[in-house]
Amino acid sequence: MTAFPSVSLTHQAFEPGALLTTFCAGRDETGAVASFVGLARAEHGQAKALELEAYPGFTDAAIAEFAEQAKVRFGLHDYRIVHRVGRIAPGEAIVFVATAAGHRRAAFEACDFLMDWLKSRAPFWKKEHGPDGDRWIEPTAQDRTDAERWD
Amino acid sequence: MARVLLFGRLADQAGWRERSVEAGTLTALRDALAAADPDLAEALGGPGVQVAIDKAIVRGEATLAAATEVAFLPPMSGG
Repeated sequence: MTAFPSVSLTHQAFEPGALLTTFCAGRDETGAVASFVGLARAEHGQAKALELEAYPGFTDAAIAEFAEQAKVRFGLHDYRIVHRVGRIAPGEAIVFVATAAGHRRAAFEACDFLMDWLKSRAPFWKKEHGPDGDRWIEPTAQDRTDAERWD
Repeated sequence: MARVLLFGRLADQAGWRERSVEAGTLTALRDALAAADPDLAEALGGPGVQVAIDKAIVRGEATLAAATEVAFLPPMSGG
């Protein structure tokens, strides 16, 4: 088991490979680890940077509460979620999700489930800095449809 | 004194993110904010704006103790 918190928000750029290595270490009964890394897109020059605002103590608590439900639903051994906040440049990692389970199906599905929720319902406020100024972004219809698959 | 926090577009509109306001109830707090900035008060009561008191979502009226944290949360975007 890792000594890290299961959910963290960070202003610092993080290295997904290092997180995955740490998450995988020291497991005897986990047969499957699935992971997902979300990166900030440049949108062909339309996005100079992304800015994510969180409410510390509220956002991380909401993510942890949801992830604990996912842990029960999919019978996970463990999970790890790291989410960037603040200003994020194209190409940088925004989110890392890893799930550990006895077998692969649960690990894959739980990772997908967590990401659908994080993308559509997690308490963040997102602003895109583009060449023509800044704009606040709301979840896309596709994000909502993806999340509703699990309801 | 309640500690008022604004997020997302609400903070942009107000031009501040955090402020102390003297108010004993949520209604009194909204009134105090409206006196200073009517447009902001309207936005705070707009569709999809949720209120969290000490990091728990509340609906309707609430009593504010000293040092209560009141956050106005516009529709969340996801990560």
